[in-house]
Amino acid sequence: MARIEAQSLRQRIADGSGFLWDRAARVRIADLIGGTSFDGRLEQLAGRSVVIATGSQLTTALALIELDGVARRLTILPPDAEASHFAALFAGADADAVIVDRDTPENAAFELPIRVACSADIVAAERLPAATFATEWVLLTSGTTGVPKMVVHALSGLTAPIARKPADAPVVWGTFYDIRRYGGLQIFLRAVLGGASLVLSSASEPIADHLDRLARHGVTHLSGTPSHWRRALMSPAIRKISPRYVRLSGEIADQAVLDSLRNAFPQASVGHAYASTEAGVAFEVNDGLAGFPASYVEQVRDGVAMKVEDGSLRIRSPRTASRYVGIDAVLTDKDGFVDTGDILELRGDRYVFAGRRGGIINIGGLKVHPEEIEAVINQHPQVRMSLVRPKASPITGSIVIADVVLKSGEPGAGDAVDVKGDILKLCRDALPRHKVPAAISFVPTLDVAATGKLARRHG
Amino acid sequence: MSVKLTIMDQMAEIAREHGKILAPLRDDLVLLDSGLDSLGFAVLVARLEDQLGIDPFTASEDALFPVTFGDFVKVYENGAH
Repeated sequence: MARIEAQSLRQRIADGSGFLWDRAARVRIADLIGGTSFDGRLEQLAGRSVVIATGSQLTTALALIELDGVARRLTILPPDAEASHFAALFAGADADAVIVDRDTPENAAFELPIRVACSADIVAAERLPAATFATEWVLLTSGTTGVPKMVVHALSGLTAPIARKPADAPVVWGTFYDIRRYGGLQIFLRAVLGGASLVLSSASEPIADHLDRLARHGVTHLSGTPSHWRRALMSPAIRKISPRYVRLSGEIADQAVLDSLRNAFPQASVGHAYASTEAGVAFEVNDGLAGFPASYVEQVRDGVAMKVEDGSLRIRSPRTASRYVGIDAVLTDKDGFVDTGDILELRGDRYVFAGRRGGIINIGGLKVHPEEIEAVINQHPQVRMSLVRPKASPITGSIVIADVVLKSGEPGAGDAVDVKGDILKLCRDALPRHKVPAAISFVPTLDVAATGKLARRHG
Repeated sequence: MSVKLTIMDQMAEIAREHGKILAPLRDDLVLLDSGLDSLGFAVLVARLEDQLGIDPFTASEDALFPVTFGDFVKVYENGAH
């Protein structure tokens, strides 16, 4: 690996005046410029391929700041990574060291030559010489069964979407995402490079407690998936925060969720971004409307080129991952475009996302994206969120049915029939009849996966 | 409501929703001539599961789809017992 003169993350920290908070601890970012969270063992990690396997997001954040430019490769293990995949992942990453928490139990799951504990107690330390490695950042993909793919990014690509403009007032970022996933990592980097603070969620923290902490720290910028947001909007604690900027990414932001957020936070600007682990951040949309202007495609914006082929969005940009490690798979086509697998539909002068290529439901030969039906159901004023899923049918192979969460929680006794009828009418008016759910059930909640995306059990 | 009446009710409802004209539901009516198409029957089976708590076709691998309305009702009446 070539030694380079590039600036490491630690060197690029704006002024370090911000803090990182989780439920249990707080760290002043500036303390890391002349200190260490590794108990004097940073040197042992120089030039290594290091797996970050800490339990908390806070220690992951500290390890990333300290190790960029020092380690040869950083593989970030997401919290829901399965222990049965560790051996394959470690081999794929050619890993020889692991970062854990002080209280991580000694077990055989992390059998690597070097094991270093990271903690939020920063002690003063002499620094290693300036960055020596163009560290590879390895992120794991989500949504597949089997061993996740490992995707290689460079810090320069990860930070390319981040505008370096000084904020008028102090910024406190919050994210419902985990920073060990691409969407959350973007927010972590925005906070650290922008001299802002960041409120991290803690494992199994109830949403109301998380919102309480966000309020206490005066969150100004808050990010999550549409599913995260729909959930947060159901918590009375949402009224305690008043962010200036609200950001959605990671799933389709339909008009209903954008409108709900505008109503909840009239003072905030609401933006949705398109990004994926492989393709990176492609664009942001700030006009409050679902989808994006068709003019974005076939024109290069901020170095990002997009095209639509076989119905799906393809992206070529300096922000995309460079390759996979550990598997023999190709990330881009011959022209350098990543196929996102997200299906677009042109409506007027905007493209809207119809769903995932892999998530198609086949109804007697007619193809349906569950997301487009959910977008219609979510327009009903009493609906908070919905999940459309296939149900086996002896006649058409599948039909679609819908699970619906109401804003009020449970429907009143007399209400259920009326609301069901209203939703079905909405669907019948907007959709061809094979896309109208054959049955609607009201449910108290819908599962959101560790990735922040609605858990879809099929496909 | 009896199983038969529930089925008749749902068939009328689905025909209305799908803009189809439903033939008079006599026991010897061939289902293919009822006015509902395959999507209509797929929806019917799903709704009946909702209302009656059974899906006799998916529950049993080798259940044959009935030919007449009377047979269809019988499948549900047997399943409901």
